[in-house]
Amino acid sequence: MYLTKEEELILAGEYGYALQKAMEILVALGEIYRADRLIPIKSAQIAGVSYKNIGDAGIEFLRDFVDAGAKVSVYTTLNPAGIGNEEFMEKQREVLELYKAMGIEVTSTCTPYYGANMPKFGDHLAWSESSAVSFANSIIGARTNREGGPSSLAAAIVGKTPNYGLHLEENRKATVIVEVQAKVKDFVDYSFLGYHLGKLLKNDVPYFKGLKPEKTDYLKELGASMAATGSIALYHVEGETPEYKTAITDKLEKIQVDDKELKEIKEKYNAGWDEIDAILIGCPHASIHEIKEVAELLKMRGKPLRVPLFITASRVVRYLADSLGYTEVIERYNGKIVVDACLIVSPIKSWYKGIATNSGKASFYFSSAGLKVRLDNTDRLIFEAP
Amino acid sequence: MKLKGRRITRGKAKGVALVSRRPLSFLGGIDPKTGIVTDVESDIKGESVKDKILVFPRGKGSTVGSYVIYQLKKNNVAPKAIVVEDAETIVATGAIIAEIPMVDKIDIKKIKNGQIIEVDADKGEVIIHEGEGI
Repeated sequence: MYLTKEEELILAGEYGYALQKAMEILVALGEIYRADRLIPIKSAQIAGVSYKNIGDAGIEFLRDFVDAGAKVSVYTTLNPAGIGNEEFMEKQREVLELYKAMGIEVTSTCTPYYGANMPKFGDHLAWSESSAVSFANSIIGARTNREGGPSSLAAAIVGKTPNYGLHLEENRKATVIVEVQAKVKDFVDYSFLGYHLGKLLKNDVPYFKGLKPEKTDYLKELGASMAATGSIALYHVEGETPEYKTAITDKLEKIQVDDKELKEIKEKYNAGWDEIDAILIGCPHASIHEIKEVAELLKMRGKPLRVPLFITASRVVRYLADSLGYTEVIERYNGKIVVDACLIVSPIKSWYKGIATNSGKASFYFSSAGLKVRLDNTDRLIFEAP
Repeated sequence: MKLKGRRITRGKAKGVALVSRRPLSFLGGIDPKTGIVTDVESDIKGESVKDKILVFPRGKGSTVGSYVIYQLKKNNVAPKAIVVEDAETIVATGAIIAEIPMVDKIDIKKIKNGQIIEVDADKGEVIIHEGEGI
């Protein structure tokens, strides 16, 4: 991989330990994945925030990095944190303080594109939250690989990323055509579809035919679910996403998805309400549209929920919900908007046995953690819950 | 016998090979305090990676695994070197921040568990000392 004179100096340690280590990571990844050079990035988004995930090992590394003077050189935001007991929260605060000390905006969300970190078409990024990577690539048309926590941090510090994978035009072409014959209409249908295809396709670039999503939220959920059960980081939807016109090449394999396949997932996540301790909406973090919908559904329901409802969202969206009056409605019916946090990176199993959600991504992670799951559409969750 | 691969990080080490034939997860797969492999899917479960030359096909699991490698080093229970078939982000990043010599593109089928091997990461080489072992 070609390095500029300045990059060589950084690698040689002329600018200190932290920049040197960050550069070593980028150069090694560039060599492994055969990048020709490093390219500047517009922003970084860093996973590895929850104490449940990064543990004492992560804290130790971050502390050493901060002590060595590590500072980010591009605009950088964080993934959501975990929620736990007092001891957990103390460690969690320490993690956030360390990231803050590096100059990172502590906007802890998996949907930075709803506010603090909104890329534009063609921007090169180093993002690591898998659903945000999918959103940025597919819906916005920005370019990012699916970074790991440490590699996105290295990119944030240097302000560059190796030029390989989804940064290159040729790797953004579709690798399989998906003809959707199943009835895919509501939010949860996109969860089912994404869940199914992530398992089936692993890391393909699917091109969807026959999808007419009413809302961008639906595509967000499709991408999040595919990125959770598989490692799909980019997809195209005919007539919808910005790069679909240039995505098709000759002789692509075609697959069909019909109702039967999606029904299997519905039946798999069909825990009874007697097994459910909480409802989660907002995986990935909810948009203001999703919050408005929940508030309206609760009003139609007319009586408070006995099972508590948690809506996870970014602060930007929460403040908007506050000022538009939705938060007040949601709280009146035993709901709560939780900011900066993610239930799937929290030690949730010590509190709950079963969760009801509209998210295919959340269903996958909750069931992997041993919880019972009910996966259904937002309106049915709100109307049918005890 | 000399196996030719590729340098991922720098350094040299000699020690006993601990060979796994399966991909290895560091987060949740190796105890960062003791260096004992706890990954239930691993064929080297219960073994310690401390001071071994850790040989396996590739990493898997969470990218936070890089930090586990770093903590192994800080706790003095890290492997002396890492040898893999294919380097990927998790293990490569871990080896860099923990400063553990690492090579990839090595035909690990040629390395037997318990053999004494030498890793010259600078040259991207692994040298197997036939007959030596435990």
